[in-house]
Parts: sequence; structure tokens; C-alpha cells
Amino acid sequence: MLELIYRHISLQALIWAVVFLPLLGAAFNGAISVLTAGKERALYKQWTAFIGCLAPILSFLAVLTLFFTLIGFEAGTPSAITGPLFKWIVSSDFMIDVGLKVDQLSLVMALMVSGVGALIHIYSAGYMWNDEGFARYFAELNLFLFFMLLLVLADNLVLMFVGWEGVGLCSYLLIGYWFDDPAKAKAGTKAFIINRIGDVCFLGAIFLIFGVMKASGADSAVDIFNFETMGRYSGYFLPISTAISLLLFSGAVAKSAQIPLHVWLPDAMAGPTPVSALIHAATMVTAGVYMIVRLNFIFVLSPFALSVIAIVGTATAIYGALLALTENNIKRILAYSTISQLGYMFLAIGIGAFSAAAFHMIIHSFFKALLFLCAGSVIFALGGEEDIRKMGGLKDRMPVTAWTFMIAAIALAGIFPASGFFSKDAILWQAYERGHTLIWVIGFLGAGLSSFYIFRLAGSVFFGEPNSEVEVYKKVSESPISMVVPMMLLATLSALGGLVGVSEIFGGSNHLGLWIGDLIQDEISRAPGNTSQGAHLILTVITMLWSAHFSILGWLIYAQKRDWPDRISRKFSPVYKVLVNKFYVNEIYDLVIIRPVIWFSRNILWKVFDKTLIDGVAVEGSSRVIGVIGLLASAAQSGLLQHYLLYFLIGAVVVVACLAL
Amino acid sequence: MALINSHILTSIIFLPLLGALILTVMPSRWKVEIRIISLVISILLIIATGVLFWIIDPSGEFDFIERVAWIPALGINYYLGVDGISLLMMLLVSFLLFISILVSWREIDKRVKGFHILLLVLATGMLGVFSSLDVFLFYVFWEFVLIPMYFIIGIWGGKDRFHAATKFIIYTVLGSLLMLVAMIYAAAQTGSFDLMSWYAHKFTASEQLWLFAAIAISFAIKIPLVPLCSWLPDSYSEAPTAGSILLAGILAKMGSYGLFRIAMPSFPLAVAKFSSFIIILALIGIIAGSLIAMVQDNLKRLIAYSSIPHMGFIVLGLFVVDTDAAGGAMLQMANHGITTAALFALIAMIYSRKKTMVIDEMGGGARSMPILAAVFILISLSAIGLPGLNNFAGEFLILLGAFQTQTVFAAIALIGVVLIAVYMLWVIQRIFFGKQKGGEAERVRDLGFREYMILIPCIALVVVIGLRPQFILSRLQKPAKVFVELTKRVEMIIPASEYENNR
Repeated sequence: MLELIYRHISLQALIWAVVFLPLLGAAFNGAISVLTAGKERALYKQWTAFIGCLAPILSFLAVLTLFFTLIGFEAGTPSAITGPLFKWIVSSDFMIDVGLKVDQLSLVMALMVSGVGALIHIYSAGYMWNDEGFARYFAELNLFLFFMLLLVLADNLVLMFVGWEGVGLCSYLLIGYWFDDPAKAKAGTKAFIINRIGDVCFLGAIFLIFGVMKASGADSAVDIFNFETMGRYSGYFLPISTAISLLLFSGAVAKSAQIPLHVWLPDAMAGPTPVSALIHAATMVTAGVYMIVRLNFIFVLSPFALSVIAIVGTATAIYGALLALTENNIKRILAYSTISQLGYMFLAIGIGAFSAAAFHMIIHSFFKALLFLCAGSVIFALGGEEDIRKMGGLKDRMPVTAWTFMIAAIALAGIFPASGFFSKDAILWQAYERGHTLIWVIGFLGAGLSSFYIFRLAGSVFFGEPNSEVEVYKKVSESPISMVVPMMLLATLSALGGLVGVSEIFGGSNHLGLWIGDLIQDEISRAPGNTSQGAHLILTVITMLWSAHFSILGWLIYAQKRDWPDRISRKFSPVYKVLVNKFYVNEIYDLVIIRPVIWFSRNILWKVFDKTLIDGVAVEGSSRVIGVIGLLASAAQSGLLQHYLLYFLIGAVVVVACLAL
Repeated sequence: MALINSHILTSIIFLPLLGALILTVMPSRWKVEIRIISLVISILLIIATGVLFWIIDPSGEFDFIERVAWIPALGINYYLGVDGISLLMMLLVSFLLFISILVSWREIDKRVKGFHILLLVLATGMLGVFSSLDVFLFYVFWEFVLIPMYFIIGIWGGKDRFHAATKFIIYTVLGSLLMLVAMIYAAAQTGSFDLMSWYAHKFTASEQLWLFAAIAISFAIKIPLVPLCSWLPDSYSEAPTAGSILLAGILAKMGSYGLFRIAMPSFPLAVAKFSSFIIILALIGIIAGSLIAMVQDNLKRLIAYSSIPHMGFIVLGLFVVDTDAAGGAMLQMANHGITTAALFALIAMIYSRKKTMVIDEMGGGARSMPILAAVFILISLSAIGLPGLNNFAGEFLILLGAFQTQTVFAAIALIGVVLIAVYMLWVIQRIFFGKQKGGEAERVRDLGFREYMILIPCIALVVVIGLRPQFILSRLQKPAKVFVELTKRVEMIIPASEYENNR
């Protein structure tokens, strides 16, 4: 099979195909969308769905081929580069290529992105079938996949930034997909602007890196932003590694919705649910983690930056989990959960466990995408209802959705043997092993909360008494096949995905960690773990029991005793109020930043600075002065021709005067 | 033919004037014919300047030189010559002339003949400004531009056109007078208006400061730089669309080009002295301009204000005196011209449908005119500086260069990058998204053929320059290098001791 492919396609072409197939899909669907704007579109839907799904599937197959090719490399590192397609920006002392690189990290990420992406495209074909903007939707989703794969496979930092901004754009377009609703359009704008803050920090880091690379004496005939070149000169980053790391991290904070720039992600749930699954759970939001792992050789130079990352990550992990407890919108619960889980990944990065972060990033994308797809299936079945208080008992009506959701929930809760167990365990164990006990404790508490909120969700939606209206409930049925199949495949991955990284205490070996570990300087230099396996086992078991208890508790309360939470919330009403209002973060931003800036711009800058001061004093004033002179008064006030003549007269006088000199 | 070949620049510059002469003898009721002739001339100009830009040798030397003594007694020559940046600007002039004529096809229905004559005269002036190597000639062409523009605003403008035109001319007169006086003084010192002799001449420190200040103020008014920008919102928004396009697309670039070509390389000492001050003004323009644009209620004024931050980036790129940044600034002059022209054209299209420029009276436009909305979003993304679209390469180079020498200033400019996104996205949200305002259930017609003819070239340029800026950049590199060398030669011109004495 591979032989056949090799005979016809070069490796380079295959790598390019991974990226450009979705772009072709986007172009095709974009063209359909433009050509049929305002006309009957039903005819085109089959074609749109076919091409829209085919492109990601082929892209995934290409990545898969690459994967099997690269693991076949026996000697040397399993990586391949395309070389530059063309030189994009060339200046006198540097240049930026457009080229791709496949190595362990980007390959794993690309597998996940294209695989989950393909599944969600298929799911979307069912979910969005009745939407009138079907072609536009697929165009934007394909375009997203293009930019995401570009971000992942880029061989240099600036090209990665292109993907980085591109996914932000697609996120903006897809959040505001139903733009008739002002709230949704606003959510899109909010997401773009907050991401823009991060992008600017990213840019700042690029400029600082440029300064470093220029000073390092790297050959200006090669792309100095190339990851490999940068890695070779990594020592030169030491003097300003903290600044660069913190700027890059700020970019990641915005993209991956960490405190304090997390506010866009819950609002981003305004987009169609498959979009939330793909962009706002599985792929784009993890780009921040990916970028840092990719650039780990800069981050390890700055212990300070790493501790900042650890603190932000830990705080976000617990913050997101707390907010998910009191939220009632099914998608927003999952959004807060995503924020929290991303916090875990940054926590891992902060303590230097890059490959654990990457591991959790991959696993999380499986189960979180699945959770969203299940949520979408529920919303689809209930005709757009998103409030979990109006659901319940759905497992009898939609068993596949319910049981796949349960698998994902078990994975999120980190219960053996689901995938999330291994990845979360890897993070928490590393935190403990490296002596960050406080971080471990908070992560441990957060694990309990995660189990609780996800089973609260499961209990409220799928178990217990139905809370929806009787007619609605009666009509509920399982979703169409195109939606169910991706869910089942993702459920398999959520259940078994952890096997790629079984820790030593279970007699396995962390394939993924070892594979990616080659790329990570810190983990190369670290001596192989000789800490006691006993301690690891005990902690693991404790953590799992802790999570399991909370899972059962959450499920019990919300499936059986739904009046309890109300009573509890009444008892702790001040705390509850703060949680329900998300610690008032949005309100504080509005009050402290947005309103003052708009007020200042409108009333000070515009009115005073531009309208009164300069106009009044300088312009009208100067014309008054001219009026006093008298000669020019007519020019300032009378008709056009006089003006013109006078103007030339002055010019002539000056010229003559000067000639006389 | 041989004559044209040896006087190719003259032929290009005076082709529109010839067209204007043809128009004068045509009866004014032949509106369509007048428009077609103007359009044909603009297309010829695009081809001619495009070919020159294609074949120019990117060595940084001036090419296609024509030099004839004009007033020998005063050292004034008819001296033309172009390098990559001048040709890029001439190409931009031709392109925006084409866009302006198409935009005015329906919009200008009164005194069509006069309008097109003025437009063509204006084109001659603009082309001349960008190809003069003699300062006096430059000045003559400079004036040649201002007067037709004054009439275009004053006659075909909006409700408040007279006020706007007056403001425009007052600023302009003040600036030009200062510039003229300074030029005459400098020429008296060097004995010639030849720009090359200005480059070579060693002006004393105090001369440099005064001459630079006088000349730069005139350029700063055109750009416009804070605090000389209060004419901008009135003129840009009262002018007819073609006028706005040329004001923002070309006249503003005449200012930055003047700084680049005349003021900065001739008076390097003054640049060294004033650069921080001017960069701060540019930064104020970037931040305050964006904030003021953000709170505008009128769409056209918003786009008008949005020029200030973009031009601020260009000024920043010039005054950090770095090869990368200067190359970026030059690329950005073209990019901003294209983007802002497309935006002005788009809002004119919106106006022709909605009959209003008030943002609050719009809304839901993406439902009634989906393609127009999509194009508007694309062009806005270009203005925001999305990578892969034209503005990114320029802004990237400017900021990259600025970061190396003026890190703090560059970091402040980065805030502007966010703010530009804020006002553009916010206005998109308000005019295109949400429920349709005004209860108009019937569909407004989407783009028509003529409008596609305007927008497709703009979109093509936005995308092509975004993907392959190299084609242009490679022709700008050497001019940028020369510019930086000339502008940085403080020590070469005056011994350090004398420099200290003069402080």
C-alpha cells in the first residue's frame, strides 16, 4: 500500500497535500457559496457535503501515510521537511520561507487535527443539513482546517503565526455564523479582539526573536525563524528568554482562553456546536499549548516564565472547574471545562512536563470533541434547547448519544481505564514528582471538581426524570447516522486512546511521551525517573478514587435528588452568586476598561482634542488672524475663484521676492 | 516612437493632461464618452507604469532619467527619474485613477466634463510629484495637485463641502508657503534645485533644523500627522468618493514620499534630532486616531479617521531609519492606498443602497447584500493586517525594524494593531450583522457589474501582494538602503565637535 503511494507521490507532495486539500475544499465551497448567494441552494448541498468532507478525509489519510512512513525510519529522527515552496518576505537581512516540517510532535498533532477534523466535518453534514448557509459553513470549516494544519506543520515561526491568525479568523467567522442574532455576532467580535491582543504579543515575541537571531550570527541566507535554526542557536535566547517566553505565553493565554483572557471562550459557544467541538475544544484552543511545546527550547531557559505559566495554568484549572459547577447551559459547561483542562496543560508546561502536556492535549481533544458532539446531538434532538434544567432522562430516547457521552465523561473524570486517566495522571504525577506539592494539591482538587461537574451534566441530561415538555420529549430520537458514527469513533478513541501513553507502573510504556520527548530539551537532559514507583501507584489510586467518588456524587445528586442543589445554593448564597456571575470578570472588564476607553475617546479625544482644540484655535483661529490682516480675509471667506487667484498671487510674490534676493 | 521611448516619463506624466485637453473640446453632454476616454487613459497609464515597474532594474539607481535645463539661471532643471518606490507610487496613482473614474460613473452626474478634466489634471500632478528629481519641479507638481483637489471637494462634495474645502486650502497654503520658502533658501545655499546636489551639500546644523522643520510641516499636513490633521475628517468625508480615494490613497502618500525623498535624506541631522518627537506624534496618531475612529457615528468619517493610524505606521517606519522598516513603510504606502480606496468605494456602494452613512441606521447588511459584506470583511481584514493579505507584510517589516532600534515605541505601536481590529470589527458588526434595520424586507440589490470591476482588481491586489509581497519588495530594497544610508550619515556630514557646538 505504502509502496504504491511512494511510487506516485513524493513525500514532499504528500505533506503539501495535507495542508492544501482542505484549502481546495474551502475554495470549492466558497465558490458555491458566492455563486448561489441569495438563490435556492438545495441542489448544491450534496456536492458541498461531499467535497467538504472528502478534503479532510483525504488530508487525514495523507497524514496517516506520513505517520507510517516516518515510524518506518529506522535510523535518525523521524522527520521530513518540504523545503521552501517560495520565499514569502525577503528583506536585506532576513527572509521568511513558506515550508512545512513533519516531525514527531507536528505529526501527532496533525493526526489529531485532521482525524478529529474529518470526523467533525462528517458530523456537520448531518447537523447543519437544514441550514441555509450550508456551503458557507463548509467553506469556513475547511478553511479553518487549512489554517490549523498550517499552524501545526509550519517549519518556521512566522508561518506558524499565519496559521495562528488564520484560525482566529475562522473562529470569528464561525462563532458569528448565525450573524442575524446580534449577540452571536458580538461574541465573534469579542473572540477576535481578545485573540488579537494575544496575537500582538506573539508578534512582539517574533520581533524580539529576530533581534536575538540577528545577533547570534545565524546565516541570513536561511530562514532564521525556522524552528530548527532557532533551536540550534537556542543558547543566545538566554538574556531575554523571560521576555520572549512571557510574550509568547500571552499569545497562548488569549488563544487557549486562560485567565485573564478567557472571557471569549464561553461566549464563543454561540457558534454551531460542531464548530465548538472542533475549534473551541479540540484544535484551535490547544494551539497555545502546541506552540509552547514546539518552542520549549526558549521556555526552559526562563524558570520565571515557567513559574508564571504554572501559576496561571493552575489558577485557570481550578477557576474553570468552579465555574462549570454552577453553569446551566450545556455548551457553556463544556466550555468552562475546556478552560479548566487547558489550565492543566499549562500547569504541566509550567512544571516542565512538556510531553505530558502534549499527551493530555491529544487525549483531551478526543473526549472533549466527543462531549461537544454529544451535546450537539442532544441540542439537535431537542430543537435547539441548551438549558440542562430542561433536559433529563434522555438515555432512553437516544442511547448511543448517552453512552458515548458517558465514555467521554469517564475519560474526563480520569477513571481507569479511559484515556483521560493516563494523561491526567501523567500531569499530576509529574507535578508531585518534581516537588510542586501545592500545584499537585490544587490539581487534585480540580480533578474532583471536574468529575463532579461532568457527571452533574450527565445526570441532568441523560438520567433521572425528563424535565422537558412531554411533546418535545416524545419526539426526541437518536440523531442521524452521519452524526452517530463520528461519535462512536471518537468514543473508541476516548476509551482506548490512553494506551499510547500507559505509565510504567502499569507495566506499560509511554510511547507518545518517549516519542515526543526526543524533541524536548528539558526532558532529554533530565535523568530517567528513578523515583519510587510505589508512591506513584498510591497517588494514582488515591486520585482515581477521589474522582470516582465525585463522579458518583454528581451523578446521584443530579439524576436522583435534583432539589438538593437548590438547597445548597440557598445556604451558600454569597458564594453561589459569585460563581453564577463568573466572579464578575466580564462586568469588571466592562466597567474598568471598555466603558472608560469609549467614554474617553468620545468625550475627550474626539470632542476636545480634534473638534474644539485644533479646529477652534488653530484653524478657525488662523483664519481669524488672516482676517485681521485683511488682505487674505476675502480668500478665507469668499468664493472659489478669488481664493485660487490670491493663492497664486502670494506664490508669485514670494517667488519674485526670492528672485530679487 | 523613439521620442516617446527617450521621454517615457514625460509621456506618462502628460498623457492625462493630453486627455484633459481632449475632454475640453468635447461637448459636455457626451457624459459616457467623457467617462470612457478618461477610463481608457487610466488603463493606458496602468499598463505603462506597470511595464516600467516590471522592467526597472532594482539596483537603487534612478532610471529613465530625463534632464533638460529649464531656468538655468536659478539652477532649475526639468529633471525626472524614477526608482522602485517612485514607480510603485506612479502605478498606484494610475490604479487609483482607474478606480476613481469607475467609482464616479454613477455618483458624479453633474458637470461630468469638468470633473473628469480636473481628475486628469490631478493625475498629471500626482505622477509628476512622484517622478521629479528637481525640487522646484516637485513643488510645481505639488501645487498642480492641490488646486484641482480643492475644486473637486468644493464643487462635487457633500453638504458641508465649502467648509471642508476652505479648511483644506488653508492648511495647504500654509504648508506650501513654508515649503517654498525653505526650498528657495536651500537652493540658494546649494546653488541648485537639483535633489542630488541637496543630498551632497553639507547644510549646517541649524540650517538643517529649520529647513527640515519648514519642509516637513508641509509634508506632515498632507500625511496628516497629529496635530495637523483636523482638516482630514472634513475633507475626506465631504469629498466625493473619488476625491476621498485620491486624498487618502495618493495625497497622503505624497507627504510620506516627500519625507522619504526630500526632507529626510537631505537633512539627516534634523532627522536625528526630531525623530523621537515625530515618532511620538505618529504614535499619538496611531492610538488616538484609532480610538476616535472607533467612536464615530458616521461610516465615512470612520474610514476617514482610519487613515491616521495607518499613515502613522508609515511615518514610524520611515523615522526609525532602518532598512527593513523603510522597505515596509514603502510597501505600506501602496498597500494602504489599495485598501483604503477599496474601503471608500465600498462605503459609497453601501451609501447608494442604504442612502445613509449613519452607522446606527444600518445593520443586517450581510443578509441583504451578502457578497458586498464578504468583500467588505475581506478588505477590513486586510486593513487589520491579517497575514496573507497585503497590509501584513508592510506592517510586519515596519514593526520588525522599529523593534530593533526603538523597542518601546514599537511596543506602543503594537497597541494600535489591536485598536485597528477593534474599530474595524466593531463597525462590521454594526453595519452587516444583526437584524436588518429600517424594516426593509425586500432585498437590496447586491453588487453590479461596474462594482465588480472596481472590487475585483482591489481584491486581487490585496491577495496577491499578501501572498507574494516579494515581487514589490525586491524593487524597494535598494531604495530603502540608499535612503537609510543618506539619512544616517550624521557624522559624515558634520564633525561631531561641530554637531555638539551647534546643540
